[in-house]
Amino acid sequence: MSPAPLLPRDRRRHPPALAPAYKSTALRAPRFPPLSLPATLSELTGPVFGADVIGPLDNDLLRNFAGSGSPIGERIILHGRVLDENARPVPDVLVEIWQANAGGRYRHVTDGYLAPLDPGFGGCGRTLTDADGGYAFRTIRPGPYPWRNGGNDWRPAHVHFSLSGPAFAQRLVTQMYFEGDPLIARCPIANAIPDPAGLEALIAPLDMTAAIPFDCLAWRFDIVLRGRRSTPFETRPEGN
Amino acid sequence: MTPPRTLAETPSQTAGPYVHIGLAPEAAGFSVFETALGQPIAGPEVPGERIRVEGAVFDAAGAPMRDVLIEVWQADAEGIYPHPADPRHAAAASGFRGWGRVVPDFDTGGWAFDTIRPGPVPDPVRSPDGRPMAPHISFLILARGINLGLQTRMYFADADNTADPVLAAIDPPARRETLIAPRTERDGTPVYRFDIRLQGERETVFFDF
Repeated sequence: MSPAPLLPRDRRRHPPALAPAYKSTALRAPRFPPLSLPATLSELTGPVFGADVIGPLDNDLLRNFAGSGSPIGERIILHGRVLDENARPVPDVLVEIWQANAGGRYRHVTDGYLAPLDPGFGGCGRTLTDADGGYAFRTIRPGPYPWRNGGNDWRPAHVHFSLSGPAFAQRLVTQMYFEGDPLIARCPIANAIPDPAGLEALIAPLDMTAAIPFDCLAWRFDIVLRGRRSTPFETRPEGN
Repeated sequence: MTPPRTLAETPSQTAGPYVHIGLAPEAAGFSVFETALGQPIAGPEVPGERIRVEGAVFDAAGAPMRDVLIEVWQADAEGIYPHPADPRHAAAASGFRGWGRVVPDFDTGGWAFDTIRPGPVPDPVRSPDGRPMAPHISFLILARGINLGLQTRMYFADADNTADPVLAAIDPPARRETLIAPRTERDGTPVYRFDIRLQGERETVFFDF
């Protein structure tokens, strides 16, 4: 039996390869449009991740780098559900996040921003979605930071998300923004998304129902991966 | 029965220049996780021809991209994927992962990975006659300046690629060559060179699978 086909990707939902206000795309955007083909077995499969690759602190960025002591910054929970376009929860998705520290500095050999590194903060986490598609991280709210694009461009506070779903063609890498951040509207990367409703989907609302009193605030980010096409009249090689 | 589409996919955003923090923290200069993901693609016990694949990703100015992160996905030597959607997955080689993350040298942009040569993969969707796809490795390219990860494939110059249904769909046919990696040998190991050009002359074919 063939695996269920994927719904074709709605590319209007995504930022175009060439987004002139985001200057790095100028030399990195293919000129040819991508060749659209139905996914084969090579794209309908993908790496399978089990609980054995997840350590107990992997989703706790407050503790997973330094072990003891807390990083500087606003303590927050980031949580949500991973669904597909058919509105079904997607379990066992590897969710990986990375982010700057509270001062807007990344712990990366090539980041030279003048804000200091935080000895208590690494800046990455990973987890697997549960049977209901749910995931959660504990971290600090990252700071905004300047970047070389325009003369005075600042990234809004954001957390990078990488999702590895069941099929390699469902792979998604994106960024989550925080409700109410005035830098979102000024960001060439965020605003490369053509549809305002698309950008809205990346802005996590404050979620007081998941906040822990006298401990941390919470933000909710639900994520949708590509779905499957219904196949009531699929052409069958063996004949119908 | 599959329910209808009622939600829209979450939009992509660039992985940015610091993608390695999240997906390959050791390359970023620190470690957090007990288990490093992404290597090896094929453990030492996996049967098959041992090969090395190397290359660089070039931008439109011809500069090798030093901040890229590549994911690869491939079948084992029998053309089987270790994933339940492959009808033969139970027979996949023991210790075979098939998936890897590849980080370039941050100074030169050159990258390389070791694996086994994949076998031909059945294509039940488009080849009802059972004709397989030629051996190939799937690539996903993530980097600053790439808003939606780029999907492509590497094929092997010393394989028979003439009947491959994916290569056959590429028009003009001259562009098929951008996906075919030439073979050399170094210290007795086959080395395939796969240079990826994002834009301009000999621009690599990218897919929207």
